[in-house]
Amino acid sequence: MVKKCASRLYMFLIFLFLYLPIIVLIILSFNNSKTRVVWGGFTLDWYKSCFQDEKIMSAFLTTIQITFLSAILSTLIGTLAAIGISAMKKRQQTIYLGATNIPLLNADIVTGISMMLLFVKFMDLGFVTVLVAHITFSIPYVILNVLPKLKACNRSTYEAALDLGASPLYAFYKVTWPEIRPGVFSGFMMAITMSLDDFSITYFTKGPGVNTLSTMLYTELKKGIKPELYALSTILFFAVLFILLLGNVLPQKKAQRALSKQQKDL
Amino acid sequence: MSKFKQQFLAGPYLIWIVGFIILPMLMIVYYAFTNADGGFTFEYITATFASETNRKAMILSLQLGLICTGICLVLSYPLAMILNNMQIKNQSFIVFIFMLPMWMNFMLRILAWKLLLSKNGVFNSILTSLGFERINIINTPAAVVLGMVYDFLPFMLLPIYNSMTRIRKDWIEAAKDLGAGSITIFFKIIVPLTVSGIISGIVMVFVPSLTSFAISQVLGGGQVLLIGNVIEQDFMQGMQWNAGSGLSFVLMIFVIASMALVNLFDKDGEGTAIW
Repeated sequence: MVKKCASRLYMFLIFLFLYLPIIVLIILSFNNSKTRVVWGGFTLDWYKSCFQDEKIMSAFLTTIQITFLSAILSTLIGTLAAIGISAMKKRQQTIYLGATNIPLLNADIVTGISMMLLFVKFMDLGFVTVLVAHITFSIPYVILNVLPKLKACNRSTYEAALDLGASPLYAFYKVTWPEIRPGVFSGFMMAITMSLDDFSITYFTKGPGVNTLSTMLYTELKKGIKPELYALSTILFFAVLFILLLGNVLPQKKAQRALSKQQKDL
Repeated sequence: MSKFKQQFLAGPYLIWIVGFIILPMLMIVYYAFTNADGGFTFEYITATFASETNRKAMILSLQLGLICTGICLVLSYPLAMILNNMQIKNQSFIVFIFMLPMWMNFMLRILAWKLLLSKNGVFNSILTSLGFERINIINTPAAVVLGMVYDFLPFMLLPIYNSMTRIRKDWIEAAKDLGAGSITIFFKIIVPLTVSGIISGIVMVFVPSLTSFAISQVLGGGQVLLIGNVIEQDFMQGMQWNAGSGLSFVLMIFVIASMALVNLFDKDGEGTAIW
């Protein structure tokens, strides 16, 4: 009993440590007081001015564009790569997966600087360079999510479809795709969250005038904290929560539905 | 499609690897070993330890990195055990709750801590209203470590928890039947079977905490100079690309060493499966 209480208490303390800062941010985003930490009544003003702030809005727009474009492109390249890699011999696979590990395990600052050094040789830093950088560090997450699904696939089924006269594309769509779709989906979600979260790599590959939310926050934080940023964090927190619930709950719901349908059919 | 043809689907990725992973790394190596005129030199590599500022920053980074990794390990190991032993149906939901802060924007998490810790921040106004002394840890290494622990804790928790879920209950039952006490079970079964998780956790916390520069900039107020801050200044303010590349190259060596360490222990790549 004591042990159970102690472990509950421990869980609660860590929980508090993790959520206290977020809760404070959320509460302060509704606080009608310039002096920040004293409660001065409920207000939605910060949300209004947050949406009117040009800096915040342009950073928000850039973030959305970069995130979705990089997630879509990296999912495409990564999925194709995973399909290719799964057909390779062991030794080639090791080389490819080794290269895939580099951006995953390398320090962000080194990845960012290395790309910046390359980009400045050929073009001005800006939106495109940030996009390329985001695609680069997102691809590994897609590959690592899709490859296990492909390995679990039985190649004979695909070959049987070919023998029965299906075109490779049709066979892929009908046989392989349903098997790897959850992996592709979670790879896509990972790419989105990684891109949303990135600061260091964006910081080094961006040009003047281009800002994602992270880099905008960094410059603002050095100056001081504006209350609009609390509102922004609250919105972002719930947006991420929504995306995650969508990513976690939806596949489970679907699986349950499929299962119950199967049982009915039986 | 034959297996041979199927391999070509990895073509775009191969181009991507060469163009945006290998080539950039070579650029760092090139800048690290040349001086401003393009001549070959070891100067910038040796400067990592020879120059006073660099050496201090390197030592401080290593110290803070190790402290942060240690705290994360000590905090997450019991938590992983508690989570794993819970007899609740929606265990995965509880785990999700503990992972959720990880998905919040990195900068926002730092912002929150700056807000809590600053001189007239939330903690201090609560403390003064209760009649206690103020705490002044903002702009000190302690605040930086706190921020790092907050940011990187899930990276430690997840691999350890993952490796723990793979321990089958039967093995522990068997050990109990054979007369092992809970301490023996812990050291002879649970710890050895979670070594791969611990190692990947350590690397996944140590590498970012060693190389971070944003946390030390914001929570250290420019007074805590880590190796990442020195590199950032070399590139963004001083335009000393060769010196910055030299330091980055040394960091790369550290990272490669830790990658090798992970590969040694982590055969199934469980540490990288975050989702």
